[in-house]
Amino acid sequence: MRDAEFLIEAMTGQLQELLTRRGIAEPALVGIHTGGVWIAEQLHARLGVTAPLGRLDISFYRDDFSRIGVNPQVRPSELPFDVDNRHLILIDDVLHTGRTVRAALNELFDYGRPASVLLAVLVDRGGRELPIEANVVGAYLTLPADQHVRLTGPDPLQLSIQIVP
Amino acid sequence: MSTTHIQLDAQGRLLHFLTIEGLTYHHLTEILDTAESLRGVAERRVKKLPTLHGKTVVNLFFEASTRTRTTFELAAKRLSADVLNLNIATSSAVKGESLLDTLRNIEAMQCDMFVMRHPQSGAAEFMARYVKPHIAVLNAGDGRHAHPTQAMLDVFTIRRHKPDFPSLQIAIVGDILHSRVARSLIHALSILGAGEIRVIAPRTLLPAQVEDLGVRVFHHLADGLRDVDVVVMLRLQRERMEGALLPSEQEFFQQYGLTEERLALTKADAIVMHPGPINRGVEIDSHVADGPRSVILEQVTNGIAVRMAIMSITLGHHHARLTGEET
Repeated sequence: MRDAEFLIEAMTGQLQELLTRRGIAEPALVGIHTGGVWIAEQLHARLGVTAPLGRLDISFYRDDFSRIGVNPQVRPSELPFDVDNRHLILIDDVLHTGRTVRAALNELFDYGRPASVLLAVLVDRGGRELPIEANVVGAYLTLPADQHVRLTGPDPLQLSIQIVP
Repeated sequence: MSTTHIQLDAQGRLLHFLTIEGLTYHHLTEILDTAESLRGVAERRVKKLPTLHGKTVVNLFFEASTRTRTTFELAAKRLSADVLNLNIATSSAVKGESLLDTLRNIEAMQCDMFVMRHPQSGAAEFMARYVKPHIAVLNAGDGRHAHPTQAMLDVFTIRRHKPDFPSLQIAIVGDILHSRVARSLIHALSILGAGEIRVIAPRTLLPAQVEDLGVRVFHHLADGLRDVDVVVMLRLQRERMEGALLPSEQEFFQQYGLTEERLALTKADAIVMHPGPINRGVEIDSHVADGPRSVILEQVTNGIAVRMAIMSITLGHHHARLTGEET
């Protein structure tokens, strides 16, 4: 399996280039629990971002509450900066159906009106069910529907592919 | 116990919230942790989550209440549910409608959750037994029996100040006999492994065999308060008293009222709690109620997050059960 650190290094380069191109000097990073937060922590250090790191738990925003209920491991969301007029970089580990990103965007907008939101993911495995694309991608994978990409961590960060029974 | 069974499904998940009795450490910490995640919602620009969007919550109050009903209402609204408030003390019950008829009529309005307060012990369990399977019932106080959401907001408030329950000595003071709050709180504290639970009251305001609940009994306030970490004052419930259990309110205050001098007997960082509404000068002195050790208003704020947690957990389990999916 490919090394997660290597992919994060690639994401860092792409992000720096994108931020320069867009003229964004002081972005704020927001990781989606749990894997997204691990990656966001690393990007936060590598990019030297001054704004403290934001963390989102989208459990209460999921669109499948009426099927599976509340995630018993829910953690508090923390956005320790003013979202209004801020350029945000939303970070997750795996982009698949796009439903998690939809939920995260809805939650972000309940905190304020950001100037812009970029999406950075470690792995894009295809299979989108919503019109959502990432601006920065560590790696693209093409996987059959019965296989899942899983990130374990935070130390070491490791990617693996699992077959769903 | 029958109550234990009816509020849990076959996997032991909460479907209703009727009593603390029979719940596990895991049930309580799941509620407390979820409430912790929900606390921040009140500080955001949009104080609302979409979780219960499209659900209808009915507050069925057969007994007067302001704080409990309004915090349940706010909790439901912050989860995006629609809320209907029915104060039945002033409506159908007076006209002779039975509880079951009231239930069937409100069910016919296609709601998803009943929050019920009733003067009779066991009323919420009765409802849970007869409601349609998709409806969750939350007990907002039944007679002298239980007030489990109050107990959860109390332990939530304690945990935010003093998270290590086994090291804590907690005193519950006043009218234990009529208090469903005390009963539920004692159960919750025991399940969370509290170091020592004390009850301080005159003999006439203690239930028979109170020691069986695992508490240490004191009749003198000064003895019981010594070195405690938490003091929970109870409201003197005159409306539930029959006959002469008390000489007078003045005399009660002299013996059991919490004053600054008496508070000095507790640990220096002890917190003072009260489920409200407070009777100033009866069970608690104004200087203490409004003083720096009082967390009484924090309890009210925490009550919203705790009730949001219980609402989303119980309704979520109903969905999971009805769709056959695992959480």
